[in-house]
Amino acid sequence: MKPLLAALALTTAIIAPGLAIARPVTLTTNLAPYGGPGAYLAIYITDPSGAYAGSLWMAGGKSKYYKHLSDWTRLTGGDVAQVDGITGASVGSGRSLGLTMDLADALFDAGYTLHIDAAAEDMRDSPNEIAVPLTTQGAGQAVQGRRYIADFSYAF
Amino acid sequence: MLRALHRWPGLLAAVLLLALSISGAALSVFPTVEAMSAPAAVTGQSVADLAGKVLAAHPTVEQIRRAPSGRITAYWFDGNTPGSAVIDPATGQNIGSADPSRLKTWLTDFHRALLLEDAGRMTTAAGALVMLLLAASGFALIARRQGGLRKWFAPMRGPLAGRWHGELARIAVVSLALSALTALWMTAATFDFVPADEANPDFPSQVSGLSGLSPAAMPALAAIAVSDLRDLTFPYAGDATDAYALTTSTGAGYVDQGTGVALAWQTNGHWPQIGEWIYLLHTGEGAALWGAFLGLLTLAAPALVVTGTSIWLRNRKNRQSLALAGMARADNAETVILVASEGGSTWGFAKALGTALQAVGGSVHLAPLSTFAPASYMKAARIVIMAATWGDGDAPAAARNALNLIASAGPHPTARLCILGFGDRNFPAFCAFAENLDAAARTAGWQMLLPLDRIDRQSAQAFARWSESLGKAIGLPLSVFHQPEPPRTTALTLTLRRDYGQAVQAPTVILRFAVPHAPLLDRLGGRSLARFHAGDLIGILPQGSTVPRYYSLASGTEDGFVEIVVRKHPGGLCSGQLLDLRPGQSIAAFIKPNPCFRPDHTDAPLILVGAGTGIGPLAGFIRANARHRPIHLWFGARHPDADYLYADDLKDWAANGHLATLSTAFSRTAARQHVQDRLRADADRIRGLMSKGAHVMVCGGRDMAQGVRETLAEILAPAGLAPSALKAGGRYAEDSY
Repeated sequence: MKPLLAALALTTAIIAPGLAIARPVTLTTNLAPYGGPGAYLAIYITDPSGAYAGSLWMAGGKSKYYKHLSDWTRLTGGDVAQVDGITGASVGSGRSLGLTMDLADALFDAGYTLHIDAAAEDMRDSPNEIAVPLTTQGAGQAVQGRRYIADFSYAF
Repeated sequence: MLRALHRWPGLLAAVLLLALSISGAALSVFPTVEAMSAPAAVTGQSVADLAGKVLAAHPTVEQIRRAPSGRITAYWFDGNTPGSAVIDPATGQNIGSADPSRLKTWLTDFHRALLLEDAGRMTTAAGALVMLLLAASGFALIARRQGGLRKWFAPMRGPLAGRWHGELARIAVVSLALSALTALWMTAATFDFVPADEANPDFPSQVSGLSGLSPAAMPALAAIAVSDLRDLTFPYAGDATDAYALTTSTGAGYVDQGTGVALAWQTNGHWPQIGEWIYLLHTGEGAALWGAFLGLLTLAAPALVVTGTSIWLRNRKNRQSLALAGMARADNAETVILVASEGGSTWGFAKALGTALQAVGGSVHLAPLSTFAPASYMKAARIVIMAATWGDGDAPAAARNALNLIASAGPHPTARLCILGFGDRNFPAFCAFAENLDAAARTAGWQMLLPLDRIDRQSAQAFARWSESLGKAIGLPLSVFHQPEPPRTTALTLTLRRDYGQAVQAPTVILRFAVPHAPLLDRLGGRSLARFHAGDLIGILPQGSTVPRYYSLASGTEDGFVEIVVRKHPGGLCSGQLLDLRPGQSIAAFIKPNPCFRPDHTDAPLILVGAGTGIGPLAGFIRANARHRPIHLWFGARHPDADYLYADDLKDWAANGHLATLSTAFSRTAARQHVQDRLRADADRIRGLMSKGAHVMVCGGRDMAQGVRETLAEILAPAGLAPSALKAGGRYAEDSY
């Protein structure tokens, strides 16, 4: 996966001061063998108050299915523009999604949380499948998902 | 044009269509299986009632969904473990796993995207488009072949692969077109190409902030019937700012978890409803019977692909075997060879002549006589017509209009005409069609290159002699030796023989052979015994000869056996071998259609006149007369105890309605009556039948057929009818030998 300046998609108020000091972060999402069609995943960040801060990645190309990523949809109001240019293919059962992107240092150890919503056709919606605080210490530690995601980790 | 539009897309997409139709038919089984295993819906149940029951059974429920099939699924978490199940709406309890069947998931993905995501979706959409094109062109082709939409379900004719193709297509074409159309719509919807006006409300700006009201008591949920439910998502436990999210068949919105009233409700436009109907029509989900019906019809598609491909292969083979390499265009050829032939044998001679002319530097155009257009033969020095004669002097079916064409087209300014007839000297009207052509051409003022010549039974020697005289006439050294290939025969094994006529020194036998069972591929490829009707001919190659002898068939394919009647001819090679044949022994045979001697399809009375072995095809007609058309048989033999062929069968057929009346004449009893005498005695009855529009079919020896014709001419003269006029009108047919 090519490096992405996904941070640009984060809301400017949070990111602008931090952009100067950003570092490449690798996000690894391993899907469980849930045995269905490719899963849609929305990866996004909320601020310390729980408000939407920005999207990092959308796995799944057809926006009409985004409503099944229900937390992301509620937080963004279903605004497809939030994932313009950071959209890829859905991820198959048992497959892995690796992303590398520059994330502002200011996002770490400051109460921000990374969330992943997941859904697959004819299977349950699984909002907030992953909710992991962004901390320097948490890097490299795998977090288990609930339905579709076997584990998720981020590393510098 | 229409054929090309049908053929090429079909061939190109054959494999894709096979994949789509077989997987589609397999998928159609699921709605039925699901409908059988699904719990009964509760009549009049509200979403509030359902949600209350599910919540009671699963306190951590997050979501309730209703599939188009009516299946209700609940999703919940026990701690961090996701749970889901199909729910019985009457109790809220689990009744089965919610996970979709692996097989169904795989089949669905294969059917709509060939397991290839978007590229696959576009490929299958192209397949659906081809299917639609094939259905439309196929529809037009069937309508044309049947002679109009009114005759859509009239019986079909033709060789096996073609008939199956037509039979299946006319049953399935509408449903296949519907499947293709709905598939295209669904793919377009996936790619957002169809208008979407589905409700998509924003989360309400204000909620009551209260919680704790049971969904069973919520007015907004009580107002919705379960049959209209699509999705109900519960609020997060302990989050008083959250709300129920509700999607129904008509719209979507939120329900306040404290007050149970609808918030931010939006109504769908028309498109989602249309989309749901299209989904139902395509998948049968929610209408299992329809799904099964559609799936069954979809099975026609693979069969259509196979039969269609086999039709193309056979036609291509025919075209190749009839094509002349290096052929000149019609307006550019020195020699134009035109062929009128039912089978392919005359084509073989024409091709041989064309090749020989090319070898000595001539330019040749070879075409069927039905395309005769002298005005376009701009550089022609000669036009050669090679005409086979069909039946009793008739034109081959492919050249019916040829006489008119020749009579109406004036003579060619430069080209001279040369006509060569092909036929069988055993028939009274030997080369009669060629003679008629010759007469018509001379009357029209054509210059003849050679006098009419005739080739008897495909004689290679006679053809070589004729080609030499043609060469002399045009100043080229020609001697064309063409030995036609013997027809492909099938071994037929005798199962039953019934002997007659020993007592009157006319040994006669009814021979019944088994129809050999051929694998489907052989049948589709034309490598088995062709389909046949009573009245068609069977060619038999006796041992020690390459020249086939023809016998009239007394049975059709539907009877399941091949039956002929053979009388021993003194010194006859073939009849001798047949008379000696014992059950279990075989002969080599092939079918030669004889469409001129088949009963018409009307309900008018049918008069059959036969003598001796001529009863054969007539017995076949009577046996096949399941619809009890009034058939009246006049049959002549020598003695009721000696050669009364089919005596018992005729009695049975008269009793069960297959035969209306039976009139016999015996020449070696005291009455000394021939069938003509009996006809004369029944003159009034015959005139009565003819006044009702009766058709006449006569089968027997040449003398007998002529005698019957003359007798009927006498009988019918007072009524102003004549066999010749009746024949021209298609009401009088003869098969004589």
